[in-house]
Amino acid sequence: MFRIDRIHGQGREKMKKNKAKERYCLGIESSADDFSVGISTFRGKILANTIDAYVPPEGGIHPREAARHHSDVAGRVLESALWEAEVQPQDLSVIAFSQGPGLGPCLRTGATVARALASYFNVPLVGINHCVAHIEIGKLETRSENPMTLYVSGGNTIVAAFDSGRYRIFGETLDIALGNCLDVFAREAGLHQKPGLPFGAVIEKLAQNGKQLIKLPYTVKGMDVSLSGLLTAAVTLFKKGDCKLEDLCYSLQETAFSMVTEVTERALAHTGREEVLLTGGVAANKRLQNMIKSVAEEHNARFDVVPTNFAIDNGAMIAWTGVLAYTHGAVTAIEKSQVRLRWRLEEVEVPWMQ
Amino acid sequence: MKQPVLLKKGAEASLYLADWHGRKVVLKKRLPKKYRPSALDKQIRAYRTVHEPQLMHEAKKAGVPTPIIFLVDQAEATIIMQFIEGKQVKQLLNEVPKSERQRLCFKVGESIGKLHEYGIVHGDLTTSNLIQHPTGKIFFVDFGLGEKTRELEARGVDLHLMKRALQSTHYKFAEECFESAIKGYSTVLSHEKSENVLAKIREIERRGRYVAERKERE
Repeated sequence: MFRIDRIHGQGREKMKKNKAKERYCLGIESSADDFSVGISTFRGKILANTIDAYVPPEGGIHPREAARHHSDVAGRVLESALWEAEVQPQDLSVIAFSQGPGLGPCLRTGATVARALASYFNVPLVGINHCVAHIEIGKLETRSENPMTLYVSGGNTIVAAFDSGRYRIFGETLDIALGNCLDVFAREAGLHQKPGLPFGAVIEKLAQNGKQLIKLPYTVKGMDVSLSGLLTAAVTLFKKGDCKLEDLCYSLQETAFSMVTEVTERALAHTGREEVLLTGGVAANKRLQNMIKSVAEEHNARFDVVPTNFAIDNGAMIAWTGVLAYTHGAVTAIEKSQVRLRWRLEEVEVPWMQ
Repeated sequence: MKQPVLLKKGAEASLYLADWHGRKVVLKKRLPKKYRPSALDKQIRAYRTVHEPQLMHEAKKAGVPTPIIFLVDQAEATIIMQFIEGKQVKQLLNEVPKSERQRLCFKVGESIGKLHEYGIVHGDLTTSNLIQHPTGKIFFVDFGLGEKTRELEARGVDLHLMKRALQSTHYKFAEECFESAIKGYSTVLSHEKSENVLAKIREIERRGRYVAERKERE
């Protein structure tokens, strides 16, 4: 199914001898529209991060269609990650996979691949929380240590920081995620995404030509935000046809980003942290980066943003978090490796942060 | 007037301790935020500056202690209000024995019940927004995100936010605190009403976070 045997023949001569001493974790990410395999050394060097994104012909992500995509590309992505990392599958010390939260059929596809690899090569399996992984890869890549994190993606909008064994959620969305808000607006406005140019990037580009700020609902509740009213209002205005699309994109971004920035600032002021980390797919947005940076400066905190190739869902983050979890005693038995669709960030023990 | 002393630089406002015609007052100034467009920024600050004192006034009518408002300056986004002596409930919860913790939370719950019954939601029920006066009264402050509403949804969100605030800052006894607060809350609102709010909180907790998954199930 994965044609791993092909690696043996072609990759052998490229292998360096000292690699045998190094230990590796392979991570599989498949929680939504991306299928990705990453390989990390136990010392945190990312050797491969192969991502294959599912782009629906139209409409949103249908979980079953996305899962079909994942199973179609799984073998190829796996093969190319191993090839790029120049690692033999039998040299892997542990297999990590994204166990949740996410779309059921998509998660199950990744979990199946992970289980098959773990049992075939007889190595331990570790189920990883997708949200923890986004924070950990951000920390690894930016060298930030104990930040207040704003994690914004298509499925999550969370303000969290580590305290006493876990990442505690200070604020989050009460309804839809920030990335979801932007995606749905883009679709309703008839925009198109391409591989490498997701909806978020399309909106960001249009917003740069927006001049007029249109009044849209601004909803902050405590440290939480609510984005569904904003989305509905923006879509309604677009359909009325009185507003320029550029102005709407600009206003949608400014309003939504101001909201998440405000709650990040509240959490920062509340805890007095000295670092702010921006991670997740929407972290690639330059305007959002500038807003969070401004707030960090205001509170004399260091600002870091995850590099774009690790911002979207990726296997490297699962691999690296797999290293952290495995070296701190976490192993997931195959019979307990069922996916967890609503696995909250707060439920996860984080022993490596002690 | 003596020079105001900065008490706290919060996320959205700076609080100064000042002397105002012989009274010890707090000067709350909402500062411009560079990150958002100035039109949006002005609108938000002006709205909250006017809205907050109105809600604090309403809260008093509901029987919940709030600082006396002396002056509202919309152009400067500044409110001058009574300085409340005492300790934040945030601090107290970590210092007092269990029985006292439960008593405090029960009282807080009662007050939230009074607010909700009167048609007010606070909007930011963290324990740092609750101050226990030496007389034992618990003052509610910071109504900037509050609303006048009788909607079940708003009430549910209000309590959900409190639960979440307890979990992030007082995780060791978050559950017991929330339970005591709900007990107090239920003594004010009818049993049926508080049951409805609790059901709403559970619904709020189930929603969000993963929208695509929710759609899938429909």
